[in-house]
Amino acid sequence: MSNKVSIVLFSGTVDKLMAGAILATGAAAMGKDVSIFLTMWGVMAFRKDDWKTNARISKDFEDHAPAMMHAMAEKKVPSWLDNLKSAQEIGNVKIVACGMTMDLFELKLGDLEPIVTDVDGVASFWSQVEDGTALFL
Amino acid sequence: MPDLQNLSITTESDARGSFCPGPLMELIRLVRAGAVGDVLAVLSRDDGSKRDIPTWVAKAGHEFLGMEPFEDATRFIVRKAK
Repeated sequence: MSNKVSIVLFSGTVDKLMAGAILATGAAAMGKDVSIFLTMWGVMAFRKDDWKTNARISKDFEDHAPAMMHAMAEKKVPSWLDNLKSAQEIGNVKIVACGMTMDLFELKLGDLEPIVTDVDGVASFWSQVEDGTALFL
Repeated sequence: MPDLQNLSITTESDARGSFCPGPLMELIRLVRAGAVGDVLAVLSRDDGSKRDIPTWVAKAGHEFLGMEPFEDATRFIVRKAK
């Protein structure tokens, strides 16, 4: 069985970022190599300090956004970004940004949170997925 | 299963305020910081911990000594084996 998990993070909403971060953390804890490919709104959510003000959630559940953000603040749930940092502390979690999105929005690697370590192309991303699992969020 | 009452716990962490996968992360930190043979415990209110912690302990090659109810939570006890 492959020991790799790859996640394509297309969404930049807090609910999906949180789900992706927790899935990545669990995979890292179980000794899997995790690779996260940010594209489109996924890249936008990783712009430096954007997480501090990002309160968006999926369109189909947007009526729940204020309640979710309130519950997360009240229960002191760590941010999705903190979850990803913890995942990197305990395992091999690599986060890369899609080159095309970077070009589109005229972003440089230095514009993103430092946990994003590289800009990658889509073919290169798929080549490293190999026979592992790939999720799209 | 060992007698949990007579175990001497080296380090315990209260992760009751922490959400999935926080308690597991706390245990991983304790195991990393501890010495071989240490008995480490985590308090969790997260139901996922009841599956996650024994699964992780088995995968990581340590010894799961058991879990017991404690106040409003569950105490998970692990021996660092390597």
